Amino acid sequence: MQYVIIGNSTAATFAVEGIRAQDKRGKIVILSDEARPAYGRPLISYYLYGRIALENTAYRPASFYAENAVEVRLNTRAAAVDAENKRVLLADGSFVPYDKLLVATGSRPFIPPTAGYESVERRFTFMTMDDALALERELSPDRRVLVVGAGLIGLKCVEGILDRVRSVTVVDMADRILSSILDEEGAALVRRQLEEKGVRFVLGDRVAEYAGNTARLAGGAEIAFDVLVTAVGVRPNVELVKEAGGAVCRGIVVDDRQRTSLPDVYAAGDNCESADLCTGARRILAILPNAALQGGTAGTNMAGGDAVFAQGAAFNAIGFFGSHIATAGVYEGESFTERGENSYKKLFWKDNALKGFIIIGDIDRAGIYTSLIREQTPLDTVDFELLKRHPALMAFAGTARAEKLARRQ
Amino acid sequence: MKVVYVNEKWCLGCHLCEYECAFANSGETDIVRALKDRVIHPRIRVEDGDGVHFAVNCRHCSDALCVKSCIAGALSRDEHGTVVIDKNKCVGCFTCVTVCPYGAIMPGADGTAAQKCTLCTENAMGEPNCVRHCINNAIVFEDRG
Repeated sequence: MQYVIIGNSTAATFAVEGIRAQDKRGKIVILSDEARPAYGRPLISYYLYGRIALENTAYRPASFYAENAVEVRLNTRAAAVDAENKRVLLADGSFVPYDKLLVATGSRPFIPPTAGYESVERRFTFMTMDDALALERELSPDRRVLVVGAGLIGLKCVEGILDRVRSVTVVDMADRILSSILDEEGAALVRRQLEEKGVRFVLGDRVAEYAGNTARLAGGAEIAFDVLVTAVGVRPNVELVKEAGGAVCRGIVVDDRQRTSLPDVYAAGDNCESADLCTGARRILAILPNAALQGGTAGTNMAGGDAVFAQGAAFNAIGFFGSHIATAGVYEGESFTERGENSYKKLFWKDNALKGFIIIGDIDRAGIYTSLIREQTPLDTVDFELLKRHPALMAFAGTARAEKLARRQ
Repeated sequence: MKVVYVNEKWCLGCHLCEYECAFANSGETDIVRALKDRVIHPRIRVEDGDGVHFAVNCRHCSDALCVKSCIAGALSRDEHGTVVIDKNKCVGCFTCVTVCPYGAIMPGADGTAAQKCTLCTENAMGEPNCVRHCINNAIVFEDRG
């Protein structure tokens, strides 16, 4: 049995663990177009921020690949999947046969077509460790950085570099920051906190044109900069499956066992769609924990086990300069809001179940809320009035609590 | 594996387990020196309600969501099944805090990394110090599968 995994990040790592839990003998080959073993991809901003040493960013101990008998082929780009003959064609013209294939190719930065972009001397995206190291080489106290995109990636980049450069300006088309995870009021609070640290925002506008080191905005303003980071969003890497004839919607279409429409080909991570348990709709839930769960599910099933990924939901933990934000689910239905000077909490519920939350500030025990979403626990079985004030196991019935605390989990 | 389990009806709500936890992980040999006039950051916490008290710490879940959610690979399971955290790798993003269904993993004392119960495997106590000093057997260290 030969397992081949294209990609070498979270989904691939958990797939290896899923395979090895079932099959100790089959051969596992990982094809990675990066030059280094798997690392925690979101750590790239923490590395620039000085929170973690480069040598500690490895996602698994150095012995991981040897212990799991994985052949890792770095700097190796898969060019095509030949599903009929069950082999992966590589960029150098050679091929790797597979019995079971996992496409764990993640996503890539989207660069909006903008006049003059190619004329920008120092331009970067912020997705890989190589991106971060290349950006780091251009950071200096006399340089002004323009970050296009006020989402999770753009703003974590801002945190990483703010104290290492002269200034940082962030431009976003949306009228608020972190629009994928925060509502208007939450975004305004976090924006104020970031502005107090010295970040400058230009919202509701976009770069119409670059002319060397100047960005001309659609609204007419001009921003001079020395270094440009584009972080407006990502596109899933679906091409290998699509060109092989596999079903692709926005992301690769998979069932709840992570199987694509191609025989013996699986997909997991930021390149595929899954059911959002809050809405039932299938969409790309591009967050690291889902990649881990999907990768583990794929690996288990590839090796003959039976696993299902059924608890897909969006949740994020993020923070800036020591602040903390936890969010989850969707912001629909009735809501409860609690405000403080530097804190904000909002819970959303519908159909007798918690659907989402935003917490800025004290995120202590927020996982109890996340669990209510993941389990879609009927709210009439818990003390929801208590839970609104703070997450606590006290809100559950005694029998439910005994189930949690007096039994092996 | 052996884990700390709760006998809720026996818990007096004395919070002694919290102090013994903080002492066990303080590196000090004298409990007074370790805790007096200090804000403690125990890894076990007692919830108090109307006539109901119980302690909560890490369940060392066999399918631990925190391990799968850690962006750094800082959380892992050791050879005994104990869920442990590598402080050199933890960047304090607190994704684990955002997913733990028990609220049993929390920011550490300086706020830059998470902390959790590791069953006193990383200190000199030998076995969970909270259990050893619980005056009413409201928490026990047992193998329930």
